[in-house]
Amino acid sequence: MRLREGQSWAAGMTLMGATQLAYAEVDGRYNLQTPATGIAQQMYDMHTLMLWICLIIFVLVFGVMFYSVFAHRKSRGAVAAQFHESTTVEILWTIIPVFILLGMAWPATKTILELKDTSNPDITIKATGYQWKWGYDYLKGQGEGVHFVSALSTPREQIEGKAPKGPNYLLEVDKPLVVPVGKKIRILTTANDVIHAWWVPAFGVKQDAIPGFIHDTWFRADKEGVYRGNCAELCGRDHGFMPIEVHVVSAEAYAAWVDEQKKLMAAAADDPNKVWTMEELKARGEQVYSANCAACHQANGKGLPPAFPALDGSKIANGPVGDHLNIVLNGKTGTSMASFKQLSDTEIAAVITYERNAWGNATGTVVQPADVRTVRSNKTAALPAQPVKSGHAG
Amino acid sequence: MSSISHDHAHGHGHDDHGHHPTGLMRWITTTNHKDIGTMYLIFAFTMFIVGGLLAWGIRAELMYPGMQLWDPERFNSFTTMHGLIMVFGAIMPAFVGFANWQIPLMIGASDMAFARMNNWSFWLLPVAAILLVTSFFLPGGAPAAGWTLYAPLSVQQGMSMDFTIFAIHIMGASSIMGSINIIVTILNMRAPGMTLMKMPLFVWTWLITAYLLIAVMPVLAGAVTMILTDRHFGTSFFNAAGGGDPVLYQHVFCFFGHPEVYIMILPAFGIISQIIPTFARKPLFGYASMVYATASIAILSFIVWAHHMFVVGMPAAGLLFFMYATMLIAVPTGVKVFNWVATMWRGSMTFETPMLFAVGFIFVFTMGGFTGLICAIMPIDIQIQDTYYVVAHFHYVLVAGSLFALFAGTYYWLPKWTGHMYSETLGKLHFWASIIFFNITFFPMHFLGLAGMPRRIPDYATQFADFNFIASIGAFGFGLSQLIFLIAVVKCAKGGPKATAQVWEGADGLEWTVPSPAPYHTFEEPPHVK
Amino acid sequence: MNEAQVANRKLMRKLFVIAVCMFGFAYALVPFYEVICKLTGSNNLLKADVVQNTQVDKSRTVIIEFDANTHKLAWNFKPTQNSLTVHLGEIVQVTYEVRNTKDVPVSGQAIPSYGPALAGKYFRKLDCFCFTKQTLAANERKQMPVVFVVDPSLPKDVNVITLSYTFFEVAGSQATNQAEPAVKEGELRGGSS
Repeated sequence: MRLREGQSWAAGMTLMGATQLAYAEVDGRYNLQTPATGIAQQMYDMHTLMLWICLIIFVLVFGVMFYSVFAHRKSRGAVAAQFHESTTVEILWTIIPVFILLGMAWPATKTILELKDTSNPDITIKATGYQWKWGYDYLKGQGEGVHFVSALSTPREQIEGKAPKGPNYLLEVDKPLVVPVGKKIRILTTANDVIHAWWVPAFGVKQDAIPGFIHDTWFRADKEGVYRGNCAELCGRDHGFMPIEVHVVSAEAYAAWVDEQKKLMAAAADDPNKVWTMEELKARGEQVYSANCAACHQANGKGLPPAFPALDGSKIANGPVGDHLNIVLNGKTGTSMASFKQLSDTEIAAVITYERNAWGNATGTVVQPADVRTVRSNKTAALPAQPVKSGHAG
Repeated sequence: MSSISHDHAHGHGHDDHGHHPTGLMRWITTTNHKDIGTMYLIFAFTMFIVGGLLAWGIRAELMYPGMQLWDPERFNSFTTMHGLIMVFGAIMPAFVGFANWQIPLMIGASDMAFARMNNWSFWLLPVAAILLVTSFFLPGGAPAAGWTLYAPLSVQQGMSMDFTIFAIHIMGASSIMGSINIIVTILNMRAPGMTLMKMPLFVWTWLITAYLLIAVMPVLAGAVTMILTDRHFGTSFFNAAGGGDPVLYQHVFCFFGHPEVYIMILPAFGIISQIIPTFARKPLFGYASMVYATASIAILSFIVWAHHMFVVGMPAAGLLFFMYATMLIAVPTGVKVFNWVATMWRGSMTFETPMLFAVGFIFVFTMGGFTGLICAIMPIDIQIQDTYYVVAHFHYVLVAGSLFALFAGTYYWLPKWTGHMYSETLGKLHFWASIIFFNITFFPMHFLGLAGMPRRIPDYATQFADFNFIASIGAFGFGLSQLIFLIAVVKCAKGGPKATAQVWEGADGLEWTVPSPAPYHTFEEPPHVK
Repeated sequence: MNEAQVANRKLMRKLFVIAVCMFGFAYALVPFYEVICKLTGSNNLLKADVVQNTQVDKSRTVIIEFDANTHKLAWNFKPTQNSLTVHLGEIVQVTYEVRNTKDVPVSGQAIPSYGPALAGKYFRKLDCFCFTKQTLAANERKQMPVVFVVDPSLPKDVNVITLSYTFFEVAGSQATNQAEPAVKEGELRGGSS
């Protein structure tokens, strides 16, 4: 369902997407990516300038050194001079670099002051890092109240080499961040578990997302288009698999998108009392599973023991439903199993139904969203959130 | 200068003083600086091989896009352990090995000041190494939080993290004892007449390095201890819930981490400063400014740590301060490079293996210096922090810098240690293979980083495929090239043309006044330096 | 020989005393640090600020955005308004709403954070639910106030401040039902490995 939304969405911008695709392939092979914001442009130019300065120094210093290497060889009859100091020269080559450095520091200082200036934003968006996906909340400005989770959409088959890799391999998500062109977007970063970093190279934005704290940064994209980035701070197992995809669109397209999101959010608060059939739940559950669970437990449910146990035939997936719900909702302390309570009741019901009836598992259990809601507030399901560490008895 | 000593069929060292234990017990109980130096070097090389195998594991996975060999978690543990083992197991012990062998010989001392402590500081290392390596076999595998062990990811790890923390404690204790020993030796045991400003530069750089080590190893120990108590004893240094801050860890760690990189490069500067004058047959240019430059690098290293943290969200004032301070380091570093080039200028140069490695060092280290300067410019750093550009940068300064200097030093002093000349053919082959494969491996990483490939990822977007393939090929070649080094050293230890006491035509210094191989006990009567 | 033995034993005793003292010192550090924190005023994150300058600066306004996060805590937590425009020096009260979604009482502690971070020191909280730990009864819904003043000395270039709270569970606050799940967790462990 989430996948399909993302796709229909992308289809709405086919033309632009297509040009971007061709673009992405030629861009950024040897140099910084083509800047899409003023700040990124300044960074790009500064880097080019630095490269030239370094190249000139490189040629001067190594010109002298290699000339010496070839000319002042014993085999060519060179006789060693015995000079070993010259105060003038030594002072000169201390002072001159200082001036070169001052020349470099000046533009850098201006850029720093500009990029730290987060005042007067048009839209404020909070990006929350989760292991291993991004959550976005539109806090203020047009689109206020929109929130969603954005996860890698590259299929497992491509990663495991069972299918040819797409053009945006590992740089595509199910629900991209959408922002209007030419507006000042302020990004607040925070995290739910460990440190992540929100990085979009074309915007010149990289900001660590630190649990318990917010930090702000900003960008103003000049051109419509699709821009891609990655998490840039090691955050555990799937650090390499939590990309960032930003669609910069026109003001009208943005307004339309906001409307659509508001409607979707209203609808996506799936009627909690709806009774789903086993087939509906399994189909939805498979999507939820591949987006959230398959990275560790694998698409075939065999897991990667010992760190990531199999679900196929496991005691959890075939035992009491309560335990199963419990571990999905609350995670398992001391292991990589995270809490998935950010998923909706429907999604959790679907994924659990799927896990209990997929592969070799055939419990026949159907978990309804209403059951999940009960368990969420049920005391028997409450695991201690921070129990005393009891080692890692496997 | 005395006459050449007796023939030694194999190994080095043991001659007329026959009253020490033999066999294994000799090595376990030895208090001789030369024995301990040798053990340090063998240990470092062993760990270098282990770390190198891990690097192969990393490059094998990254050779093609897609996941082929390892689970991502295992891949992360490879990058983590590669870093920890290379830094704490290979580079640092290798330099301590050089210090043990060379400092007493170069200052005319009979041994290190605290001979028993010297033994202990070595034998702590294998214990720490075993703790580190066994963490691979613990449930959950080796730590996978990166060698920087950033909280809260490191708080999340399995029990292997505790092993690593204890290993770091032990290695820290070993380094501190080693440093105390080196400082006391240098300050108190110099031959009469050798004033501080007459000391060889290698001794100077080690004196400064030893102070750095004593200053920062306790900081690292403190940082990892805080992780330990956060993990097990309910503290919340790095947990916002209890009023802590994850960024505190980064500040403390980087306060250790930045001086640490100079700990790994200053002795290398020292080795290069010994070798260049020898083969240029000309005194070192600007000895005094070299000493001052080294000292100012060391001092500056304490006020630049937060340039590792430009994207944590510091206020502009902090960013500017750390950017300016970091850029300032380019000045003394530049002075050093200029001095080396000036030493070569109008010399009478020959290019034996040590000189090749020294010139290679200057060339490639300077490239690492340039990328370092680019990283220091905070706005550019936003784009390249935590990307392959940084990986390229620090491998240029640590592999082409520290490691090449270690190779240069080994070839330079090997005849003094073994009494034999090494095979110049093998040495040159080793140099050319190393420098070519090194550049094949790490040069493309600059492009990867600029184009936006984050570091520490097991799989990448397809546009990075070709450069990763090239880098992997280079890494396999670079690893294999190191076998040439092993063969050259073993061959030299077993036999070969006799080395004279002077060894190199332009060599100057006290170590060249004792016979080759250096007798088990040297300078029992301190020499006089004019 | 004998003399050496005596000397060694003496040294041994001294070392033993030193080891015991160091061990004790580690425990002595706990009250020691508390005193230091009190004297230096660090760790005052959770205390009311003192406001000296109550002059309202009508010429400047700032937008305050409100944000809420929970961290491993089964609470619904959100501000009752997303943002407010306030004058500098003006005393403002806002409320956050929190609901315990569990059938047992749970305690949480909120930690404030500011974006941009430098605005934090100009943001004076006179009253805040984050000063103390909050305990919510089963399924309880609660409105919690924050009273604050933005110091008029706030730098001119800051005109948007985000006030963000993260609620963390207070460890062991669900003591009544820990025993039962602990057993359960043991079973889960056995089952999954």
